[in-house]
Amino acid sequence: MNDAPLAIDVKGLAKSFGTKKVVDDFAIQVPKGMIFGFLGPNGSGKTTTIRMLCGLLTPDAGEGQCLGYDIRTQAQQIKRHVGYMTQRFGLYEDMTVRENLEFIGRMYDVTPLKPRVQDVMDRFGLAERADQMAGTLSGGWKQRLALVACVLHEPQLLLLDEPTAGVDPNSRREFWEMIHDLSAQGVTILVSTHYMDEAERCHRIAYIAWGHLLLEGTIDEVVGQSGLVTWSVSGPDLPALQTKLRKETGVQMAAAFGNELHVTGSDKQALEQAITPHRNDQRYRWRPAEPSLEDVFIYTLATLKDRK
Amino acid sequence: MKANWDFSRARFKAILMKEFIQMLRDKLTFAMMVGIPIMQLIMFGYAINSDPHALPTAVIVGDTGTFGRSIVTAMENCAYFRVVAWPDGPDQAEEMIARGEVLFVVDIPPDFSRRLLRGENPAILVEADATDPVATGNALSAMAQLNLTALQHDLIGPLQSLNAKEPPFEVRVHRRYNPEGKTDYNIVPGLMGTILTMTLTMMTAAAITREFERGTMENLLATPALPLEVMTGKIIPFVFVGFVQVGVILFTAAVLFQVPVVGSLALLALSVLIFIAANLALGFTFSTLASNQMQAMQMSFLFFLPSMLLSGFLFPFRGMPEWAQTLGQLLPLTHFVRIVRGILLKGNGWAEVWPQLWPILLFLGAMTGIALRRFRQTLD
Repeated sequence: MNDAPLAIDVKGLAKSFGTKKVVDDFAIQVPKGMIFGFLGPNGSGKTTTIRMLCGLLTPDAGEGQCLGYDIRTQAQQIKRHVGYMTQRFGLYEDMTVRENLEFIGRMYDVTPLKPRVQDVMDRFGLAERADQMAGTLSGGWKQRLALVACVLHEPQLLLLDEPTAGVDPNSRREFWEMIHDLSAQGVTILVSTHYMDEAERCHRIAYIAWGHLLLEGTIDEVVGQSGLVTWSVSGPDLPALQTKLRKETGVQMAAAFGNELHVTGSDKQALEQAITPHRNDQRYRWRPAEPSLEDVFIYTLATLKDRK
Repeated sequence: MKANWDFSRARFKAILMKEFIQMLRDKLTFAMMVGIPIMQLIMFGYAINSDPHALPTAVIVGDTGTFGRSIVTAMENCAYFRVVAWPDGPDQAEEMIARGEVLFVVDIPPDFSRRLLRGENPAILVEADATDPVATGNALSAMAQLNLTALQHDLIGPLQSLNAKEPPFEVRVHRRYNPEGKTDYNIVPGLMGTILTMTLTMMTAAAITREFERGTMENLLATPALPLEVMTGKIIPFVFVGFVQVGVILFTAAVLFQVPVVGSLALLALSVLIFIAANLALGFTFSTLASNQMQAMQMSFLFFLPSMLLSGFLFPFRGMPEWAQTLGQLLPLTHFVRIVRGILLKGNGWAEVWPQLWPILLFLGAMTGIALRRFRQTLD
């Protein structure tokens, strides 16, 4: 990763609103052509970071480049080569699909405008809705239109802020297929999400909380770095078992996953010691399991909160 | 299943509480609810006076005798007139009335005393700026009575006979610019400014706030669009709207109310353009202050109210106390109403219009400055 050219390379980024520090000493490197997942709880500073990267917010401190342009002084150039999809639908509801795309195309000096708009509408399946008002589109279609509006000017970098929030699974899957297609064409994509299955579709992920970067790497790296051990147990009356296990010292987390309980700890021996009495109970079936990404995130958040 | 239609006091109370919480949370709306009645009370109670006194008057003294002085004193004593100028001749007086510096010109002819003594029943000429008939109406009726009393103390002893039956002199009133004293002549030009102020300020303020409210501004700012491009692009359509409105008003005024257009339409168009720009800049400034469309509307309304009441459109400007007149001078509408009345009814040219035009230009400059400073290219 160190020799790959970087689409985003920033360090020391900070931003406050009033007295509230939203992003603090934030550094990140995103290699070109990668799908980079941005995860973190609500209010962790994901949107603020993305807005700083595309020049919508001026950082209080920090420096860096985005596509080789200085994020502090060359916001105008960055805007030309970046596609930013806002969290909220940001196109005009009282204009048709085609009118919206032509408007955005003109903002980016796309030429020849009309053939290009027709082309992307054909490619992304919007052609038959070209004359429909954007406001009457369903959530999935709105999201698709917003993505198309972002790629109209053929940006080298896409910043997608929770693009699939509130969209049905089918539309989400189609959306991710489009993202992978774009990635295959060489577009770098930074996407924020709350969905674990979407995180797993990314090449690399970063986990942010309270404006700090907590974890970064591929999924395996992130799970491996956490040093967590997980056992899965099934059997009768799991809620009672869950309550009991949570009180054990070696157990950091006990969370229900369908008909199973995932028991997780950071110390292998302490965890096994804690569950031994219950493993001897014939009613329960125990098996070693992989800690999930969600386990890792929740654990990281919980331990950090304790330290704070 | 049995429908439950029983009125629940608990539910009713819950909704009541919720409404109060939301009402108090929107600080601006709450301030308006309290502020508007106070503002209205002060303006109607103290500022507005439909029977204005101490109106600026110019006197051309052709005859320096006792009788002339007595007439001027009597005019000032009746409190409607305040002599502010002693022009040398009709030309200078004409200029003053065209500019709106005085509302009346009283001309006492050179041989007034001599003819009075001879019992020839001489006349003094009173020219009134009748563009606003309400402002000058009462003063003119007072003037008409003046000939009965003005010389009571002078015509004594041997001259008493002159004061015997009929009034010793005649007051000839000349209603300038609006001989029939039609109020339409006054209202229609004023209405033009009022309509432009109300619709344009509100529409621009709402149009820009709407982009923030609907989240489309974030998208727009993420594109390479520059603030000046956004500002001018959003404003120009309303200039057209404004001119369409002016066209409709002028056409209607001419057809339905027979309001004359004495002056130059080109000069009117230029003044309208500057006035529209001032209102749009104000609307833009409001939009940078308001956080939603509702607040933008309220701010526009808050500005519109004093504009309408203090500009001299609805109530005579000269009737207001000093502080209200000063406040009124700050409002573009005050100057615009004078410009439009001047051009349409008096046939005023550039020289008379300019003194009213530069305050609007000043307002425009200040508002554009504020708007551009406050409108950010970023979301900081």
